[in-house]
Amino acid sequence: MTDLKDTDILVIGAGPGGLRVAIEAGKLGAKVTIVDKKQEIGVPKRCAEGLGGGWFKRLGMEPDPKWAVWEINNARVFSPNGKEIKIGKNQYGYVLERKMFEKYLASEAIRKGAKIKLKTESLSVIKEGSQVVGAKVNEMGDEYEIRAKVVIACDGVDSRMARSAGLDTTNKLVDMDSGFQYEMANIRLGDKHALEMYFGTDIAPRGYIWIFPKGEDVANVGIGIGGNSEKTAKYYLDKWIAKDPRFKDASPIEINAGGIPVGGIMDNMVLDGFMVVGDAAHQVNPMDGGGIALAQEAGIIAAQTAVEAIEKGDLSADFLSKYNRIWLNQRGNQLKKVWKVRQFFEVLSNDDMDFIAEKLGMGEDLLDFAFGNNWFTFAKLFVERPGLFKSMKAFL
Amino acid sequence: MVVKIDRKKCMYCGACVSVCPRVALNLKETWVDVNEKCIDCGICVKLCPVGAISLKERKK
Repeated sequence: MTDLKDTDILVIGAGPGGLRVAIEAGKLGAKVTIVDKKQEIGVPKRCAEGLGGGWFKRLGMEPDPKWAVWEINNARVFSPNGKEIKIGKNQYGYVLERKMFEKYLASEAIRKGAKIKLKTESLSVIKEGSQVVGAKVNEMGDEYEIRAKVVIACDGVDSRMARSAGLDTTNKLVDMDSGFQYEMANIRLGDKHALEMYFGTDIAPRGYIWIFPKGEDVANVGIGIGGNSEKTAKYYLDKWIAKDPRFKDASPIEINAGGIPVGGIMDNMVLDGFMVVGDAAHQVNPMDGGGIALAQEAGIIAAQTAVEAIEKGDLSADFLSKYNRIWLNQRGNQLKKVWKVRQFFEVLSNDDMDFIAEKLGMGEDLLDFAFGNNWFTFAKLFVERPGLFKSMKAFL
Repeated sequence: MVVKIDRKKCMYCGACVSVCPRVALNLKETWVDVNEKCIDCGICVKLCPVGAISLKERKK
C-alpha cells in the first residue's frame, strides 16, 4: 500500500465535501487519497437530508431513486400561532438517504481513481516550515505518515485538522445551532411531499422544527435551536412531538444529533499546502442549516484550485487563496447576507412573527423586508406596530 | 478539571468539538475524548443537543 502514502491530494474526511473534492480532482487527473476515521461511509447522519432540486445540475448529477428517495414539491412554513406563511415560488427537491448517497459519491470517487482508507484517523498535519506536506494518521492502530502536495480538510463540524495546521476554525457558541432529530415511521403525514417548518420562540428558540418526509409515513422530524438555548434540543423536540396527534402512533427508527455552524463564514480557508472545505469551514446556509450542497460546491472549487496549484508548482497559500476568492464571490458573500437576515428573525417575538405572517403572507416579501429592500411597503407595518422598529434597530 | 461526558447519552455528533476553545475534545468513532487541556469553561455543555456533558464539581 505504499502508493497511498505519497499522493497529490490528501482528503481528510469522506463526507459530501471530501468525496466531491476527490471526484473533481480525479477527473482532472490528480492522484487522491481519502482517509476517514469511521468504519462506514455515510453514517451516522447528522442532518435532515434535504437537497434542493436546482443543485443536481450544478453538481453534475442526476437524482437516483436509490439515494434521492423522496420527491419534494412544496414547502410550508408556520408562524407561532399556526398560520401558514405562503412561500411564493414553487419549491422542489429531494430528501436523500444520506448513507446511500455518500456511498454513491464514494464509489464515483473510486472510479475516478481515488483510494479510500477507512477507520483511519488523521492525528495532525505534517509541516515543513509553514508548508503543510501531509498528515500523520492512525489506521486501526498502525501509525504512519501520508505525504501530499495539498491536504484538504473536509473533516466536518468536529474538525481538528485545520486547527492543528494553524487555521482557527473554532466556532463561537452563538454561531452554532444545536440539532436533534428522529427519523420516524407510521406518522400521519398530511402533505406527503411537503417540507414543513414550524417557528416560535417557545417551540424552537432561535430556530425551527422541521418535518422532512422520506416516504408515505416516514420522515425526519427534527429541531435546530440556538447553541446558547436554556434547554437541550432534545427537550424542545420531545415536548413538541408529544403534543402533535400526527405522531401518536409513530416511533423512531433512527436518532440523530448534530451541531450546525451557521454564523461564521470564513474569509480565509487556506494555508500553504492546505485547504478546508464544508462544515469544517462553516460552509452552511445560516437560514435553513443546509450544507450538503454547499460543501460539494466548495469541494469542486477547492479541487480545481488544488490541481491548478500542483500543475503550476505553486502550493503557497497565496496561490490557493484563489479558492477563497471564487467561493466568496460565488456563494460566501451571499451567505453572509443570509446570516444578517437570520439575525433579524432572531430578534422577533412570537407576536411579531405572527403579525408579519398575517400582514405579508408571502415568503419572498418577507425576505425582501429582512434584506431592507422595498422599504415603502414595510413602512406601513412599522406605523401599525412600532415594536417592530425596535426589533429592526437591534438587528441593524 | 475536565468536563464529564456521559457515554450513555452521547450521540457522538461532534458538536462539542467545534466550539472547544482549547481543542481539548476529540470525536472518536463512538465516543468523545477529553484531554487535560480542558479548562472546564462549559461552552460545550450548553451546545450538546442531548445534555450529555456536565461540569465536574470543582474541588479545592
